[in-house]
Amino acid sequence: MSRHDAGKPEQAAREAWLGEQARKPRRRRVVLADSTKSRGKALRTIIELEEQTSVGEKLVRDLIKQQLRSAFGLAFAVLIGMCLLPITFFLFPQIGDLKILGIPIPWLVLGLAPFPILYGVGWVFRRQAERHERDFVNMVDR
Amino acid sequence: MNATIWSLSAIVAVAAVTFLLGYVGSRKANTTPDFLVARRAIPATRNAAAISGEYLSAASFLGVAGLVLKDGIDALWYPIGFTAGYLALLLFVAAPLRRSGAYTLPDFAEARLGSVNVRHFSTFFVVCIGVLYLVPQLQSAGLTLTTITGLPPWCGGLIVTVIVVINVLGGGMRAITLVQAFQYWGKLFAIAAPTFVLFVVFLASPDRGTQPISDDGVIRFPKAESITVAEQVIKLRVDEPLKLTVHGEIDGRAADGAVYWSRGVYELSPGTVMEFPAGSPVPVVEGSPTNNHDWTRPQTGGISDLLKTYSLIFATFLGTMGLPHVLVRFYTNPDGKAARRTALHVLYLLGLFYIFPTVLGVLSRLYLPQLLVNGKTDAAVLMLPETMVPNLGGQILGAIVAAGAFAAFLSTSSGLVVSVAGVVSTDIMPGKVRDFRWATVFTGLVAIGLALLLPRSDASLTVAMSFALAASTFCPLLVLGIWWRGLTWVGAVCGLVVGGGMVISAQVISVVSSYTGRWAPAVFTQPALITVPIAFMTMIVVSKATRRRAPADVNQILLRLHAPDPLGFIRDRDIARFGTAEEKARMAEDKRRGASRTR
Repeated sequence: MSRHDAGKPEQAAREAWLGEQARKPRRRRVVLADSTKSRGKALRTIIELEEQTSVGEKLVRDLIKQQLRSAFGLAFAVLIGMCLLPITFFLFPQIGDLKILGIPIPWLVLGLAPFPILYGVGWVFRRQAERHERDFVNMVDR
Repeated sequence: MNATIWSLSAIVAVAAVTFLLGYVGSRKANTTPDFLVARRAIPATRNAAAISGEYLSAASFLGVAGLVLKDGIDALWYPIGFTAGYLALLLFVAAPLRRSGAYTLPDFAEARLGSVNVRHFSTFFVVCIGVLYLVPQLQSAGLTLTTITGLPPWCGGLIVTVIVVINVLGGGMRAITLVQAFQYWGKLFAIAAPTFVLFVVFLASPDRGTQPISDDGVIRFPKAESITVAEQVIKLRVDEPLKLTVHGEIDGRAADGAVYWSRGVYELSPGTVMEFPAGSPVPVVEGSPTNNHDWTRPQTGGISDLLKTYSLIFATFLGTMGLPHVLVRFYTNPDGKAARRTALHVLYLLGLFYIFPTVLGVLSRLYLPQLLVNGKTDAAVLMLPETMVPNLGGQILGAIVAAGAFAAFLSTSSGLVVSVAGVVSTDIMPGKVRDFRWATVFTGLVAIGLALLLPRSDASLTVAMSFALAASTFCPLLVLGIWWRGLTWVGAVCGLVVGGGMVISAQVISVVSSYTGRWAPAVFTQPALITVPIAFMTMIVVSKATRRRAPADVNQILLRLHAPDPLGFIRDRDIARFGTAEEKARMAEDKRRGASRTR
């Protein structure tokens, strides 16, 4: 079995989804006196991205690496934080006797605290990810 | 009797509003993209409300409070995990998945890996997860209706199935979105209002609801209580010797009259009636803390409970991203950025909701000790209002809670049926609107059949099982598929089969053990800690071994998944397959204009 045994129709559908740029250069509408001067450069970069020239590929790889680093860093921090809690409670059971306003601290730590923290981490990631994307677009568009 | 009428009218009101919104939403739904992805034009905040509405199932609405009542502080890991799963989804999956332009999970798998085989396997697991998630919803619907009206348990499940199937037949995803956005706010109100009122009642009560407990912290019944064992065998742990009257079977031997129980574990057959005098210590279902000291303190169950907690964290953190009914909602966003914003907003909405079940669970520990004996802790939220406020106010609160619980079954079941039917109709049938409708009926039938056949256990536990399945199958597929160029379809299929196979066998073993005396160790009810790493390893190792089969266009696909939206690389696959001529023309036009949309 090779990956080509999917059959001709599947392959055709896949190519249609991937877009014709995979096979032939596409026709473009040319507008004289476009108000933005740098359009040509942007177009060329996008074509480079689509055709996966070495420059385009490098750009995309960098973007993915950046995004992955943000995502992994934050996920790791959260997961480590969550995983440290049960073992801490297990090793130091006396934490269960500490109270604030009559409510044991572990109940506050597990019942209330996680939700704002999770939202905060999500907010930070959204900001980072959107910044990476904005930088990428600006770079392409310059 | 009055209470029953109140609750029933509240439930009927919820069902009526569901129908009405479904009807309004479905008037214009007639094309396949309407049914599958609601034309991808839902604003982020409404989509987030719909996702939360769909996600807050019986497990969240009833199950969390029930587990807090039974297991105490360690049960708080369920709401934490249920919420944290969306963070993982936001970090790794949301935007790239939306940009893939796929319209179901199997479609994504095929698009990314370029193989029809992986699509078939994904379809199988989507159906498995969907049905495994549907079963506890329908069973809890039965429990709710039985608690309120005394009707037999199969009634509730059947009613929910019929309402959901009719609604989905009407308008698919488009109708469902509106219904679910409404149901999130409905559920939030239905749990927040009773929590506030009951908490005030608790603070104002003269004895602060302090119940009589023994020196060891074992709870005592405040008044005489008669408890009947339901359809399954119950194992009770007695920590403090007690006297009671039993009619039925203890440890397989007939008993009829006064009995003395010393410390130990007793097995009670279905139909057995226990009569406890006032002030008697409360025996607790085996496996849960027997006294308040252990109940209020975290991690008192030893190493095995610690591992169970870690397994739960793993399953819920990584499993949410693999739930088909959740993912399919992200496909309805207009673009990747909106998908990310939606996921973030969901974190906020869920955090808001999950504070309330915890409070209700703690309160029910004070007022509903009998649920610890018969194990039906899922009913705690439903019974609490009337127990604490035994007058008209309590009945109205009880009706609100019942309506909220019903909304929970309806919304989650609708979402599951839509996503499973969407996958079945597009992958197994030709994928026209008529096939979608047949698939809906078929999904409903299978789910209600299984709900009646399988033994009932706590909703949160069963749901945690489908999280484990999702975490061991689609989580590695999505994470590796989106971030790693090296994934091949062979590796993906092997990972799906190994991960999914292990979780399903664990599930079968634990079901068998629940029928034959609960001998299976805890790892079988919560296997994610073992199965998730194995699934990841399998996918990576097999992919490396079959490197030649990596799709040739992998770079282009990753570009599409990660390129920022303004660059215009999104291609929606459902339009290529199901769209009208006009839409295809528009897509071609968009493609041409894609380059000029760079700002």
